[in-house]
Amino acid sequence: MAFEGLSERLQKTMQKIRGKGKVTEADVKEMMREVRLALLYADVNLKVVKSFVKKVSERAVGQEVMKSLTPGQQVIKVVKDELTELMGGEQSKIATANKPPTVVMMVGLQGAGKTTTTGKLANLLRKKYNRKPLLVAADIYRPAAINQLQTLGKQLTLPVFSLGDKVSPVEIATKAIEKAKEEHHDYVLIDTAGRLHIDENLMDELKQIKEKVNPDEILLVVDAMTGQDAVNVAQSFNDQLGVTGVVLTKLDGDTRGGAALSIRAVTEKPIKFVGMGEKMDALEPFHPERMASRILGMGDVLSLIEKAEATIDEEKAKELEQKMRSASLTLDDFLEQLAQVRNMGPLDELLKMLPGANKMKGLNNLKIDDKQISHVEAIIQSMTKEEKEHPEIINASRRRRIAKGSGRPVQEVNRLLKQFEEMKKMMKQMNNMTKKGKRKGFKLPFM
Amino acid sequence: MGFFNKLKQKLTKQTNVVTEKFKEGLTKTRENISTKVNDLVARYRKVDEDFFEELEEILIQADVGFDTVLELVDELKMEVKRRNIQDSVAVRDIIVEKLVEIYKGDEEEINTLNIQNDGLTVILFVGVNGVGKTTTIGKLAHKFKQEGKKVLLAAGDTFRAGAIEQLEVWGERVGVDVIKQSEGSDPAAVMYDAIQAARARDTDILLCDTAGRLQNKVNLMKELEKVKRVIEREIPGAPHEVLLVLDATTGQNAMVQAKQFKEATDVTGIVLTKLDGTAKGGIVIAIRKELHIPVKFVGLGEKMDDLQEFNPEQYVYGLFAGLVEEGDEE
Repeated sequence: MAFEGLSERLQKTMQKIRGKGKVTEADVKEMMREVRLALLYADVNLKVVKSFVKKVSERAVGQEVMKSLTPGQQVIKVVKDELTELMGGEQSKIATANKPPTVVMMVGLQGAGKTTTTGKLANLLRKKYNRKPLLVAADIYRPAAINQLQTLGKQLTLPVFSLGDKVSPVEIATKAIEKAKEEHHDYVLIDTAGRLHIDENLMDELKQIKEKVNPDEILLVVDAMTGQDAVNVAQSFNDQLGVTGVVLTKLDGDTRGGAALSIRAVTEKPIKFVGMGEKMDALEPFHPERMASRILGMGDVLSLIEKAEATIDEEKAKELEQKMRSASLTLDDFLEQLAQVRNMGPLDELLKMLPGANKMKGLNNLKIDDKQISHVEAIIQSMTKEEKEHPEIINASRRRRIAKGSGRPVQEVNRLLKQFEEMKKMMKQMNNMTKKGKRKGFKLPFM
Repeated sequence: MGFFNKLKQKLTKQTNVVTEKFKEGLTKTRENISTKVNDLVARYRKVDEDFFEELEEILIQADVGFDTVLELVDELKMEVKRRNIQDSVAVRDIIVEKLVEIYKGDEEEINTLNIQNDGLTVILFVGVNGVGKTTTIGKLAHKFKQEGKKVLLAAGDTFRAGAIEQLEVWGERVGVDVIKQSEGSDPAAVMYDAIQAARARDTDILLCDTAGRLQNKVNLMKELEKVKRVIEREIPGAPHEVLLVLDATTGQNAMVQAKQFKEATDVTGIVLTKLDGTAKGGIVIAIRKELHIPVKFVGLGEKMDDLQEFNPEQYVYGLFAGLVEEGDEE
């Protein structure tokens, strides 16, 4: 059931829409079906998917297609922008109380990774913020949970507060804070037992702890692989405790992590950190944008789009389009175009970023030689101004001269001129079509 | 008589206790599915496209997975057409029937464990982090002990802090021994030790814990292959079961987990844990359909005896019990 990335699927849908200047409602509808699927495969909750797709459709319809994008890419961009926005800004900060110690409560389902995350967070607080955290073993239910935290404490050489498993977690938490004050710890991280969000007794226990210790942060720890139920879990914890942030764990797996979106949508609480591995330093800030790409499964196509946006000068692109429309494109323009493409980086790198490029026959091993482009450039640069503007005057002797000047064989000069001629012809045809029919967007090769 | 009533009759003749366990453990799961399906049936007296579309959505929200849902609903549509059913209540019955069929799988596939009548049975537990492998082992050890078997545990999770101690606590609770080495040692070596010990002590069942690992970590999966190889080498035909422990709250990634772990260790069955929450673990339907791995146990609660042998009929009955009974009262 391998699910190809959204961009690949969209590209298939896109074949027929290619070349349109505007995204119509019908196009969007078709594309949104793919977006919906992608989100469902990523485990985003169905309700969240529905409202999201609706919102995006509204935004995407009637959008002018940017010069550097195909309509498909345009829609992806809208989807990704919306998704990123929904996921919130980068908020990998943890609260600091006005009067220390800052109290942080870790809550969540069994097996989400609370204890490990508690260790990682303590490590981060000490290393990055130079804090002095106290770990509190308040999971008295799971066998050896206290032991686990103590082992982590030993590894990190951080103190762990424990009263064994015979004392109530409420009391443990209260005493821990007294101790933290005595010993001047500025952070207290309380590791609570995993519990089902529907377990009333255990949820009450968390409420009691909350009341007693008045935490500055309640972090909900959620497994990134969680499915549709993520909304119920998040909603329930949030309703009962008022969580202040979310930590997404096990993101070093290959799940798309749609739970992130679901949780964000129902709680509107920021995702503060992500767990990226089993080691104690594998706690990273949450990047909404990266998460959006991951959920959509679209690889690097966006970095490509971004690169295109950044490098291709819009003014020049407009001018170029004008020239193409009037079919007055010269070899000089062509040269400029090449330079812009080159600014985006080595060509085979660019190709790799294109979705589907890896699967295309031959393309996989194809090494696009940047030299080839240099050769084309050399050939054009060896022409006179007049030749560049009116390539039709280039006769056999001029060709030989150009070949010599550029150090390339005459055949190559011939090939280039022929290609350029064909390109111009194509443009003329297209322009004729545009005059008759509706306006159509136009793309240069390489774009 | 509808399929569900036949099922009900059959099950009431059987052990009532177990059926009750399923019914109780699945309360939340059922409340979700059954209220939704009931609501659906109430709103649509007649079966049409919209009905099926909404049914699709209910199944998707149970994590069944998009492809499987489409297949399932297509099959349902065919069946409805074939039997010329228009009444939505009757369709509900077919849904139940279809689900039992999927969970049951082929006749030869069995949901019970492959236990050797004489000699040692080795069961290896694998899965990603935090699904409940150690807890499952503890509960199973308790079950076997109750059956009068001699049980031994192998502490093969030498990586996670506190994992060995966790298994030891279970060993104490249940009253069985744990074979262990120090944290950080080679899990394959632990297995070797455990097998020698099991032989020397004339053990019936050896339950082998392993460290949780994400299926995309190549090295860790290789390590697991090695663990299995060592067991195979020591006892021909072992491990007799390789059980993949899956968390019922996991979404579509569970399919990838099943695939990868099957490739590495030839998984023979699934233990579906944490089904007492609101999650429905619908992904096992897809796994059952695509990879033909049967569910062998389900975790229905935190107590020692809350791990139950999976019985497709009881499971689906538990899932729909409230729903169909309410339906019958109408």
